Amino acid sequence: MALTKADIAEKLSANFGFNKREAKEMVDLFFDEVISGIVKYGHLKLSGFGNFITRSKGSRPGRNPKTGEEVEISARRVVVFHAGQKLKARVEQYAGSSSSQGMPDYRAAVDSQ
Amino acid sequence: MIKSDLIAIMANKLTHLPEKDVALSVNDMIEYMAEALSKGERIEIRGFGSFSLHHRPPRNAHNPKTGERVITAEKYSPHFKPGKELREWVNSSNPEYPAGHEHDLDDDNE
Repeated sequence: MALTKADIAEKLSANFGFNKREAKEMVDLFFDEVISGIVKYGHLKLSGFGNFITRSKGSRPGRNPKTGEEVEISARRVVVFHAGQKLKARVEQYAGSSSSQGMPDYRAAVDSQ
Repeated sequence: MIKSDLIAIMANKLTHLPEKDVALSVNDMIEYMAEALSKGERIEIRGFGSFSLHHRPPRNAHNPKTGERVITAEKYSPHFKPGKELREWVNSSNPEYPAGHEHDLDDDNE
């Protein structure tokens, strides 16, 4: 199970009383503007979540993993995501509950979906 | 660009909603994503990318100050894999992004 745009729209309409079309419009616009912010400005900071930053990478030698043939990987511009402290801390707690024997919290969360 | 800029841009396009409602919605959407990841759930947004957790096994480390050896606990860390469209757009974007860049796009009437 993965969270998708449709899931986010559904939660939005449940929480704010948006109808389906309004919720979908909000979610689509959010991700469209996130993408254009990253592309246009080269960085986007979402406090409580993390930062997206673009950087240029020079060309480097690589290999076709199937054939073993050496090829040059061309210079390119890429986007990287750095999770913020708050998100990292929340995610690390997940590791704690999944590796413990009883894991009651995690089970309860899964069952309720 | 920061979250408040994003909210302002969205509010400009959603003229039927007060900016406060857009801000609440954006904060909620970010919270849904953070919540999914902290439950170990993946996030998949077509065109944008996917978020998942990477497992970091326990490893031997040492405190650089005292030299004391410590074993760090295993953990999970959030990972983002950009989608095809985002990868292509970023790759074709201008490496420089001067403040005036926007105007170049907006004023392009010729």
